Amino acid sequence: MAHEQHNYLNHQKGIWSWLTTLDHKRIGIMYFVAIMSFFFLGGVFALLVRAELFTPGKTLFSADVYNRMMTYHGAIMVFMVIVPGIPAIFGNFVLPIMIGAKDVAFPRLNLMSWYMLMIGAAITGSTLFLENVDTGWTFYTPYSSIKTGLGVIPMVLGVFIIGFSSILTGLNFIVTTHKLRAPGMTMNRIPLMVWALYSTAILQVLATPVLAITLLLLIAEKTLGVGIFDPQLGGDPVLFQHFFWFYSHPAVYIMILPAMGVISELVATYSRKVIFGYTAIAYSSLAIAGVSFLVWGHHMFVSGQSEFAGVLFSFITMLVGVPTAIKLFNWIATMYKGSIRLDAPMLFAIGFMFLFTIGGLTGVYLASTGMDIHFHDTYFVVAHFHYVMVGGTLMALMGALIYWFPKVTGKIYSDLVGRISWVFIFTGFNVTFFPQFILGNMGMPRRYYDYLPTFTELNQMSTFGSWLIGTGFLVGLYGVIYALLKGKEAGNNPFGGKTLEWTTASPPPHENFESTPVLTGGPYEYR
Amino acid sequence: MNWFSLITATSFMPVPATKESGDVDNLYIFLLVSGLISFIILIGGMVIFIFKYRRKTEDQKSAYITHNTLAEFLWSFIPFVIMMVIFAWGWSVFHDLRRVGEKGDVEVHVTARQWAWTFKYANDIEINSPTDKKLLDDPDSTLLKPEIVVVPVGKTIRFILTSDDVLHSFYVPAFRNKMDAVPGRRTTFTFTPIEKGDFTVFCTEYCGTKHSNMMATIRVVDGEQFAAWQAEKIAANAGANNKGPAERGEALFKGSLGCSGCHSIDGSRIVGPSFKGLYGNKRDFADGSSVTADDAYIKQSILVPTAKIVAGFPPAMSSFQGRIKEDEIKDIIEFIKTLK
Ligand code: HEM
Ligand SMILES: [Cu+2]
Repeated sequence: MAHEQHNYLNHQKGIWSWLTTLDHKRIGIMYFVAIMSFFFLGGVFALLVRAELFTPGKTLFSADVYNRMMTYHGAIMVFMVIVPGIPAIFGNFVLPIMIGAKDVAFPRLNLMSWYMLMIGAAITGSTLFLENVDTGWTFYTPYSSIKTGLGVIPMVLGVFIIGFSSILTGLNFIVTTHKLRAPGMTMNRIPLMVWALYSTAILQVLATPVLAITLLLLIAEKTLGVGIFDPQLGGDPVLFQHFFWFYSHPAVYIMILPAMGVISELVATYSRKVIFGYTAIAYSSLAIAGVSFLVWGHHMFVSGQSEFAGVLFSFITMLVGVPTAIKLFNWIATMYKGSIRLDAPMLFAIGFMFLFTIGGLTGVYLASTGMDIHFHDTYFVVAHFHYVMVGGTLMALMGALIYWFPKVTGKIYSDLVGRISWVFIFTGFNVTFFPQFILGNMGMPRRYYDYLPTFTELNQMSTFGSWLIGTGFLVGLYGVIYALLKGKEAGNNPFGGKTLEWTTASPPPHENFESTPVLTGGPYEYR
Repeated sequence: MNWFSLITATSFMPVPATKESGDVDNLYIFLLVSGLISFIILIGGMVIFIFKYRRKTEDQKSAYITHNTLAEFLWSFIPFVIMMVIFAWGWSVFHDLRRVGEKGDVEVHVTARQWAWTFKYANDIEINSPTDKKLLDDPDSTLLKPEIVVVPVGKTIRFILTSDDVLHSFYVPAFRNKMDAVPGRRTTFTFTPIEKGDFTVFCTEYCGTKHSNMMATIRVVDGEQFAAWQAEKIAANAGANNKGPAERGEALFKGSLGCSGCHSIDGSRIVGPSFKGLYGNKRDFADGSSVTADDAYIKQSILVPTAKIVAGFPPAMSSFQGRIKEDEIKDIIEFIKTLK
């Protein structure tokens, strides 16, 4: 075509038009760039941490440097990568289009959320140059409040601000989902990705303020000496854990629910089949969101809380396992009698199911009080949460990237590059984290700078695996650059998707659709 | 190690050395077997579908199946039942591990501190671990040799835990048991050893720089050996009282007060400043002031460590107020005087 198509990318020009944009699609891209940079930094720390653990004793750094890298790795990955990750990047991009809206409900608030993430990240990141923090990403008191440097204050202040970014995004998504659906799109016709983002948003709005208040209390104790958590001042050190996990347990679902939304989309599209048990998947997200508020004490079975509390939390935790299992069954049932294509995004979806199943099953071990006593705070736990969060969220993130790449940019992401990246990430992941289950069995505690020689071989395997994962992500990055420069033109619906985003142009026009779509059926009507 | 324990991966766990740990391992085997079966059903099903329903032609159609109430009920209900079994089993094992309020045949007060454990028996025998000797002769290794804490086999042992500073956690993999040591609180760690031998204690709650270094060794022996060990310790204690003040100070420094965890005596930097050449020399503080280290300064530093912060060091030391006696301060000062 001689006449270039008019879309959101060429709607306005110049860096300034990006930095002041109110278009959810552009904001999604800005999140992508920011979060991927954080991911790179967090990844470098991960590789350094693993390199240090290659041999017992000092391999590269002193214990202090190790503790700081372990802290930054965890804090960056959790607060700046996995929590905002899928909702901020892909949620922003696809949620309004999937429900047939022109934008999110509050475009200005949306831009402000991005700036808050950047400001928060800058403050937290500044401690890298001012005064490093060595508390671990959990900031447990009284170590954080009385026994370590003042860098903790800007660190948690940054996390506090990042929390507000998360609350605002959540609020925006809730209102958008309720108010801006296209005609005919009832709540029972919204795509499962939207259900997942909606449940996540509820968690973000309700849970994050607790973290924010907790961090403020920590700052108050550290600067003003108010006794809240420090027993020397009359406080209770375990109180911090209660507050912290009251947020952070729901937060692990903030991390994983959006990933589950992505998997539902991928499985339906690449099996070319109506999703099995739409209602079960949709409402199990809400159920997970609800129950996950009541299980925080399973992080504290050995903290000295009463036996009764331990047993109660164990019981409720088992209940969360059920809706989680339901989702897995539904995805697999969707594949039954489907028309399955193993393109790179589907490989990532399958990788997700494989890793998430292992992560979920080992979660049951940890939910069982008598067993958790042995595994708590050992490498078994490190392996478990990496299987769930990294195996889950990062697999989904890569799948989502390749799947929606044509919609976002108008170019096709090379399937071959995607598959190569998958092979490295998937194998590397198992080589890295599977040995850590065994280390946990043997009794190696987590956050250890130095270890007994009996743990050496498994640690070496794990470090070797981390190089494979690193390579896999570099290949993935290469794929992005290659597709931007040399990718084939995509067309509107290269993979045969059924949800609304595939009915508009790639890249979409400034206001998403040329004319408002009208819905007459559910989202996955492959007949 | 037999084939069964290899398959169930319990061979990777340390030998179960207490009455309770065998029960944990049985639960573990159940979890592993039921987990493996679930994994095979889920992932096996998935893999079969991938191959069986692979798209062979571009226009291949799929079946239109929206849901199936019976299947959905079953796959919610069966996992629910299994999880309830795991919950109840876990609870009963947990109850045996905790035994809150039950008195032990041997009771030991355990105090955690950055980065050491003090074990105090009813008859005042005191063990501090780790020692200041290296565990391995690798020059890069930072691990210190654990001190040995002796308990009799077949008796109920209760450790009463607390912490002087931050959170720590008392973990013995061979006992499958773990409990946090919380400042301002008492928690208990009760066990009944059934195997003789040496078992490693780790700290599993991240507690700062030398977290990975807080080890101890629990040696389980028979009743007579335990009694002999106690008698020997009591005799050694009596001998220690005849020593001079500097020697007593040295014992405190390296032992129960655990100063050596943070301060060296050879000039090297650990966490706090070295004591080599401290006495009678000038100290520069973070606020720009300075004094000559004398008795009053050392005493103040022990009781109110935050009053004067030595330049270049974090304000990391907590007060020894209430944990140290007046004479003991004197002994320590005598010891510091010898470090020229
Ligand atoms: C590139 C692959 C990764 C490798 C090789 C890796 C490796 C590690 C290692 C060695 C630790 C330290 C464990 C310890 O000492 O307790 C750790 C901790 C942790 N990692 Fe990762 N990691 C990776 C990716 C991620 C990602 C993407 C996340 C995001 C959720 C993540 C979240 C965490 C968290 C929350 C901790 C706990 C930190 C703490 O205990 O303070 N990791 N990781
Ligand atoms: Cu410790």
